[in-house]
Amino acid sequence: MPKMNLTHFEAAFLFALFTSIVLGVVTKRTDRDRLQYGIYVFVCFFVALFGIGWLMYWGHG
Amino acid sequence: MANEKEAKPAPPVNKWAPVVALSWLIPGGGHFLLKRTGRGVLLLVAVTGMFVCGLMMRGAMFQPQTGDLLTTVINTGGFIGDVASGLLYLLSVWLGYAQPDMPGAVHDYGTKFLVTAGLLNILAMTDAFEIAAGRKD
Repeated sequence: MPKMNLTHFEAAFLFALFTSIVLGVVTKRTDRDRLQYGIYVFVCFFVALFGIGWLMYWGHG
Repeated sequence: MANEKEAKPAPPVNKWAPVVALSWLIPGGGHFLLKRTGRGVLLLVAVTGMFVCGLMMRGAMFQPQTGDLLTTVINTGGFIGDVASGLLYLLSVWLGYAQPDMPGAVHDYGTKFLVTAGLLNILAMTDAFEIAAGRKD
Protein backbone atom coordinates (compact mmCIF):
# COMPACT_ATOMS: atom_id res chain seq x y z
CA MET A 1 0.00 0.00 0.00
CA PRO A 2 1.66 3.28 -1.11
CA LYS A 3 2.01 5.94 1.52
CA MET A 4 0.26 9.28 1.08
CA ASN A 5 1.82 12.37 2.62
CA LEU A 6 -0.59 15.27 2.37
CA THR A 7 -0.44 18.82 3.64
CA HIS A 8 -3.23 20.04 5.93
CA PHE A 9 -4.79 21.85 2.97
CA GLU A 10 -4.73 18.82 0.67
CA ALA A 11 -6.23 16.57 3.38
CA ALA A 12 -8.95 19.14 4.10
CA PHE A 13 -9.65 19.47 0.36
CA LEU A 14 -10.13 15.70 -0.06
CA PHE A 15 -12.24 15.50 3.11
CA ALA A 16 -14.49 18.33 1.87
CA LEU A 17 -14.77 16.79 -1.60
CA PHE A 18 -15.82 13.29 -0.50
CA THR A 19 -18.14 14.53 2.24
CA SER A 20 -19.83 17.04 -0.10
CA ILE A 21 -20.50 14.31 -2.68
CA VAL A 22 -22.23 12.04 -0.14
CA LEU A 23 -24.19 14.85 1.52
CA GLY A 24 -25.32 16.11 -1.88
CA VAL A 25 -26.43 12.64 -3.01
CA VAL A 26 -28.36 11.63 0.13
CA THR A 27 -29.92 14.92 1.17
CA LYS A 28 -31.96 16.28 -1.72
CA ARG A 29 -34.62 14.84 -4.00
CA THR A 30 -33.76 16.11 -7.49
CA ASP A 31 -30.43 15.95 -9.35
CA ARG A 32 -30.30 19.73 -9.71
CA ASP A 33 -30.84 20.23 -5.96
CA ARG A 34 -28.24 17.56 -5.20
CA LEU A 35 -25.63 19.29 -7.35
CA GLN A 36 -26.40 22.70 -5.86
CA TYR A 37 -26.32 21.38 -2.30
CA GLY A 38 -23.08 19.47 -2.89
CA ILE A 39 -21.40 22.63 -4.20
CA TYR A 40 -22.87 24.65 -1.31
CA VAL A 41 -21.50 22.21 1.30
CA PHE A 42 -18.08 22.19 -0.41
CA VAL A 43 -17.96 26.00 -0.39
CA CYS A 44 -19.04 26.02 3.29
CA PHE A 45 -16.17 23.66 4.15
CA PHE A 46 -13.73 26.01 2.45
CA VAL A 47 -15.12 29.15 4.07
CA ALA A 48 -14.80 27.41 7.46
CA LEU A 49 -11.31 26.16 6.57
CA PHE A 50 -9.97 29.60 5.66
CA GLY A 51 -11.99 31.37 8.39
CA ILE A 52 -10.76 29.12 11.20
CA GLY A 53 -7.27 29.15 9.70
CA TRP A 54 -7.10 32.96 9.88
CA LEU A 55 -8.61 32.93 13.40
CA MET A 56 -5.85 30.58 14.56
CA TYR A 57 -3.23 32.75 12.83
CA TRP A 58 -4.49 35.90 14.60
CA GLY A 59 -4.93 34.02 17.87
CA HIS A 60 -1.26 33.10 17.86
CA GLY A 61 -0.40 36.82 17.58
CA MET B 1 -48.98 15.03 14.40
CA ALA B 2 -49.81 11.72 16.04
CA ASN B 3 -52.24 10.95 13.20
CA GLU B 4 -49.52 11.55 10.62
CA LYS B 5 -47.28 9.03 12.35
CA GLU B 6 -50.10 6.50 12.56
CA ALA B 7 -50.87 6.98 8.86
CA LYS B 8 -47.44 5.62 7.88
CA PRO B 9 -47.08 1.96 8.86
CA ALA B 10 -43.59 0.55 9.22
CA PRO B 11 -42.44 -1.02 5.94
CA PRO B 12 -42.00 -4.82 5.93
CA VAL B 13 -38.51 -5.93 6.95
CA ASN B 14 -37.99 -8.15 3.88
CA LYS B 15 -38.42 -5.07 1.70
CA TRP B 16 -35.60 -2.99 3.17
CA ALA B 17 -33.32 -5.38 5.09
CA PRO B 18 -31.47 -6.81 2.03
CA VAL B 19 -31.00 -3.28 0.67
CA VAL B 20 -29.59 -1.95 3.94
CA ALA B 21 -27.37 -5.03 4.38
CA LEU B 22 -25.93 -4.69 0.87
CA SER B 23 -25.56 -0.97 1.43
CA TRP B 24 -23.44 -1.67 4.53
CA LEU B 25 -21.35 -4.36 2.83
CA ILE B 26 -20.67 -2.41 -0.38
CA PRO B 27 -20.99 1.40 -0.23
CA GLY B 28 -23.68 2.35 -2.76
CA GLY B 29 -24.69 -1.32 -3.15
CA GLY B 30 -28.22 -0.71 -1.91
CA HIS B 31 -28.66 2.00 -4.52
CA PHE B 32 -27.46 -0.41 -7.23
CA LEU B 33 -30.03 -2.96 -6.02
CA LEU B 34 -32.73 -0.28 -6.22
CA LYS B 35 -31.62 0.67 -9.77
CA ARG B 36 -30.24 4.07 -8.69
CA THR B 37 -26.97 3.42 -10.50
CA GLY B 38 -25.70 7.00 -10.82
CA ARG B 39 -26.13 7.77 -7.14
CA GLY B 40 -24.70 4.36 -6.24
CA VAL B 41 -21.56 5.08 -8.27
CA LEU B 42 -21.10 8.47 -6.58
CA LEU B 43 -21.49 6.92 -3.11
CA LEU B 44 -19.14 4.06 -3.97
CA VAL B 45 -16.46 6.43 -5.27
CA ALA B 46 -16.77 8.89 -2.36
CA VAL B 47 -16.84 6.36 0.50
CA THR B 48 -14.18 4.09 -1.02
CA GLY B 49 -12.01 7.10 -1.90
CA MET B 50 -12.24 8.40 1.65
CA PHE B 51 -11.42 4.97 3.11
CA VAL B 52 -8.48 4.28 0.77
CA CYS B 53 -7.03 7.75 1.41
CA GLY B 54 -7.28 7.01 5.15
CA LEU B 55 -5.43 3.72 4.70
CA MET B 56 -2.74 5.38 2.55
CA MET B 57 -2.25 8.05 5.20
CA ARG B 58 -1.60 5.14 7.62
CA GLY B 59 -4.65 5.93 9.74
CA ALA B 60 -5.33 3.72 12.75
CA MET B 61 -8.33 1.42 13.21
CA PHE B 62 -10.11 1.74 16.55
CA GLN B 63 -10.66 -1.18 18.92
CA PRO B 64 -13.58 -1.01 21.39
CA GLN B 65 -12.29 -0.15 24.86
CA THR B 66 -13.95 0.64 28.13
CA GLY B 67 -12.64 2.74 30.96
CA ASP B 68 -13.44 6.36 31.62
CA LEU B 69 -16.27 7.93 29.64
CA LEU B 70 -14.08 9.70 27.08
CA THR B 71 -12.06 6.54 26.33
CA THR B 72 -15.24 4.52 25.88
CA VAL B 73 -16.91 7.10 23.63
CA ILE B 74 -13.86 7.68 21.43
CA ASN B 75 -12.79 4.06 21.00
CA THR B 76 -16.19 2.41 20.79
CA GLY B 77 -17.57 5.21 18.60
CA GLY B 78 -14.50 5.05 16.39
CA PHE B 79 -14.83 1.27 16.13
CA ILE B 80 -18.48 1.59 15.06
CA GLY B 81 -17.43 4.19 12.48
CA ASP B 82 -14.72 1.87 11.13
CA VAL B 83 -17.01 -1.18 10.97
CA ALA B 84 -19.71 0.84 9.16
CA SER B 85 -17.49 0.82 6.06
CA GLY B 86 -18.46 -2.84 5.58
CA LEU B 87 -16.35 -4.91 3.21
CA LEU B 88 -13.67 -2.21 3.06
CA TYR B 89 -13.09 -2.57 6.81
CA LEU B 90 -13.28 -6.38 6.80
CA LEU B 91 -10.84 -6.69 3.88
CA SER B 92 -8.36 -4.20 5.31
CA VAL B 93 -8.32 -6.03 8.67
CA TRP B 94 -8.13 -9.51 7.10
CA LEU B 95 -5.34 -8.46 4.71
CA GLY B 96 -3.37 -6.82 7.51
CA TYR B 97 -3.72 -3.17 6.50
CA ALA B 98 -4.95 -2.11 9.96
CA GLN B 99 -2.25 0.16 11.34
CA PRO B 100 -1.32 0.79 14.95
CA ASP B 101 -1.87 4.33 16.18
CA MET B 102 1.15 6.53 15.38
CA PRO B 103 1.92 10.15 16.21
CA GLY B 104 1.76 12.63 13.33
CA ALA B 105 -0.71 14.96 11.66
CA VAL B 106 -1.07 12.86 8.49
CA HIS B 107 -1.74 9.65 10.46
CA ASP B 108 -4.28 11.52 12.55
CA TYR B 109 -6.03 12.75 9.41
CA GLY B 110 -5.99 9.16 8.13
CA THR B 111 -7.72 7.90 11.27
CA LYS B 112 -10.42 10.54 10.83
CA PHE B 113 -10.80 9.67 7.15
CA LEU B 114 -11.36 5.99 8.03
CA VAL B 115 -14.05 6.79 10.61
CA THR B 116 -15.71 9.39 8.38
CA ALA B 117 -15.91 6.90 5.50
CA GLY B 118 -18.00 4.66 7.78
CA LEU B 119 -20.18 7.53 8.95
CA LEU B 120 -20.82 8.57 5.33
CA ASN B 121 -21.74 4.97 4.56
CA ILE B 122 -24.31 5.11 7.39
CA LEU B 123 -25.86 8.12 5.60
CA ALA B 124 -25.90 6.10 2.37
CA MET B 125 -27.56 3.19 4.20
CA THR B 126 -30.22 5.53 5.59
CA ASP B 127 -30.89 6.92 2.12
CA ALA B 128 -31.19 3.38 0.68
CA PHE B 129 -33.59 2.46 3.50
CA GLU B 130 -35.80 5.47 2.76
CA ILE B 131 -35.92 4.62 -0.95
CA ALA B 132 -36.67 0.93 -0.25
CA ALA B 133 -39.39 1.88 2.24
CA GLY B 134 -41.02 4.17 -0.33
CA ARG B 135 -40.42 7.33 1.68
CA LYS B 136 -38.20 8.84 -1.04
CA ASP B 137 -37.99 8.41 -4.82
